[in-house]
Amino acid sequence: MTDHVDIRAAAPLLPLCLKDVVFEVGPRRIIDGISMRLDAGPRTVIIGPNGAGKSVLLRLCHGLLGPTAGSITWNASEVAGGPRRQAMVFQRPVLLRRSALGNVTYALKLAGVPFGQREERAMEALRKVGLGGLGRHSARVLSGGEQQRLALARVWALHPEVLFLDEPTASLDPGATHEIENVIAALHGAGTKIVLVTHNLGQAHRLGDEILFLHQGRLAERAPADRFLKHPTSSEAAKFLEGELPW
Amino acid sequence: MVITRRALLALFLAVAALAAQAQDRFITVASTTSTEQSGLFAYILPIFEKKTGIQVRVVALGTGQALDLARRGDADVVFVHAKAAEEKFLAEGHGVKRFPVMYNDFVLIGPKSDPAKIAGGKDILEALKKIQAAQAPFVSRGDKSGTHMAELDLWKAAGIDLDKAKGPWYRDTGQGMGPALNTAASMNAYLLADRGTWLAFKNRGDLAMLVEGDKRLYNQYGVMLVNPDKHSTVKKDLGQTFIDWLVSPEGQKAIADYKIGGEQLFFPNAGQAGV
Amino acid sequence: MNSVAEAAGQAFALVATADPKLVDIVLLSLRISLSAVLIGCVIGLPLGAAIAVNEFRGRRAVIVILNGLMGLPSVVVGLVVYLLLSRAGPLGSWGILFTPTAMVIAQTILITPTLAALSRQVVDDAWAEYREQLRSLGETKLGAAPTLLWDLRFSLVTIVLAGFGRAASEVGAVMIVGGNIDGVTRVMTTAIALETSKGDLPLALGLGFILLFIVLALNAGAYVVKETAQRRYG
Repeated sequence: MTDHVDIRAAAPLLPLCLKDVVFEVGPRRIIDGISMRLDAGPRTVIIGPNGAGKSVLLRLCHGLLGPTAGSITWNASEVAGGPRRQAMVFQRPVLLRRSALGNVTYALKLAGVPFGQREERAMEALRKVGLGGLGRHSARVLSGGEQQRLALARVWALHPEVLFLDEPTASLDPGATHEIENVIAALHGAGTKIVLVTHNLGQAHRLGDEILFLHQGRLAERAPADRFLKHPTSSEAAKFLEGELPW
Repeated sequence: MVITRRALLALFLAVAALAAQAQDRFITVASTTSTEQSGLFAYILPIFEKKTGIQVRVVALGTGQALDLARRGDADVVFVHAKAAEEKFLAEGHGVKRFPVMYNDFVLIGPKSDPAKIAGGKDILEALKKIQAAQAPFVSRGDKSGTHMAELDLWKAAGIDLDKAKGPWYRDTGQGMGPALNTAASMNAYLLADRGTWLAFKNRGDLAMLVEGDKRLYNQYGVMLVNPDKHSTVKKDLGQTFIDWLVSPEGQKAIADYKIGGEQLFFPNAGQAGV
Repeated sequence: MNSVAEAAGQAFALVATADPKLVDIVLLSLRISLSAVLIGCVIGLPLGAAIAVNEFRGRRAVIVILNGLMGLPSVVVGLVVYLLLSRAGPLGSWGILFTPTAMVIAQTILITPTLAALSRQVVDDAWAEYREQLRSLGETKLGAAPTLLWDLRFSLVTIVLAGFGRAASEVGAVMIVGGNIDGVTRVMTTAIALETSKGDLPLALGLGFILLFIVLALNAGAYVVKETAQRRYG
């Protein structure tokens, strides 16, 4: 555990501040002026109808996309070339053509972990997500749920301060979904800020402390999860929850 | 992974071995395809190499190409059979001196059915006139080789202006000796070939040798050292050793000893004047 | 069809007696083409990967040119290399014309564009799939190229075999820069060309069968290795 004490000795990444962020692709405006602040602590869940811009917002925050206008500012900047302090898990896990263990040690290599320590830390991460026995298996022959757990093991080994998840269980059956949600909860318990996009309202309820509701590229409402799901204040949110808006 | 690594190492060593080829004593000789294909070099060169330890590397091309190769300094010795071209080469200053070595002869090949009725004749010019008169199919190499040049000279000597007389009977193929023979075999045509290639040629079809022995069919070979003053990288000592051997009694005997099916192909005449 | 039977007979006879000249020619052919493939991979595969993952001005033009160079006629390559290595040429002082080294150089130039262009294509396709995740993990473009090349190793086997096939079958380049010198630079393809021009077609075809068999055997071997590894590593 000493390693991430070093990381955290530096100033924390959060809070993340977005100011008047706009994102356009050609003529299409996908994010239409969002200002918000993400603080450490609560698990943030982003929901909204299809095309609302949830995935794009996530990628803007994580740095995979750059805003067309506006600013996205972290409290501290990551050291260029240093280990990533934020991570992302995608709907379909992207794994290398190697063993499960190899995928995790690869991430550790990128994080600058010395060669001798990689395998042990990778095994520990695999055990944490319940894949301890599958280390030598080829990552590509694992089931969908196992692959997503492997992606999370990869995250676990890195101990990031922020984890973005883009509909991580959308392709999984309920059993696998349950396992993934457990891992996410464990990560949160270990100190990682969770920012999750989902279209599964039950999941939003189980995993969310606060809900960000996106509608047509704007932040339509933001509230603690319980209150939002029972008593949304915006009309778009109300319609969405009632199922009138398309998924 | 271990297998791959071992394989890569083996590969690397093989490449290194390739690159680190020992700087043997060798010379590069530019000669013609017909000479090489006759098998002469395969016979006489081992004798020379055993005696002197000098490896002779023959690059076989058309006569024109061989001389051009030497003009660029890419050969040490030139060994071709086109006296006029060789003398031009000397006049340009690319060669040191021309030594006659041997001669072979051309023969007129044709179909056994012999539509022009020239079989057994001893006069090549008469034979050519008859072929042209009969408009019998005739295959020409058309590639500016020594053989091609000799063929054109013979037509001229027979008083035939090819430009006027050319017709569908005259097939200008632009090929080497072997392919031209193949073409003649498949067309049942006449053609002029050097005796060596004809004797070694296996795909005869219906062809046979019809006219031979005319002195005008003789084909003289000359050897020259490429001028080291013009091309400093020429191996002049080793090259001269080879030339000296070719014209020596031992070399001349080796040339005469080379036979195909008991028949001698090349006739040494190093001492002869005026050839 | 008679010559085919005769050719097959010749091929068997040569192989059965393990004709030493033939063995030398085969070994030289393999050494030259495999060397060219090795060097071509060292240059071409990273080059293809680098073009795939980087953005730069003129990238599309580079890709088009690279793809076009796959069709380089071997005889043109031979001619250019000959002019370079000739004593009268700029690199004449190296003195490597008419040696196997020159032949390796010519074949390397011939096949590197193919190796680079095809690896560029497969890495490009994979990069589209992997890019977000790799960037998320902190991978740099410099590091992504070798990572992707290793991940695509099974596709690369096929590409490398394509390069080897082109090298082993070409005659134009090695004929000009090697000179087809008996015992020194004579390889399978130039030997076949020689026997053809001598009119000994059955022998030429027989040598052709042997060459074909060797290339097929190499392909089969590579396929088996690839399949075994693929089954283990997915």
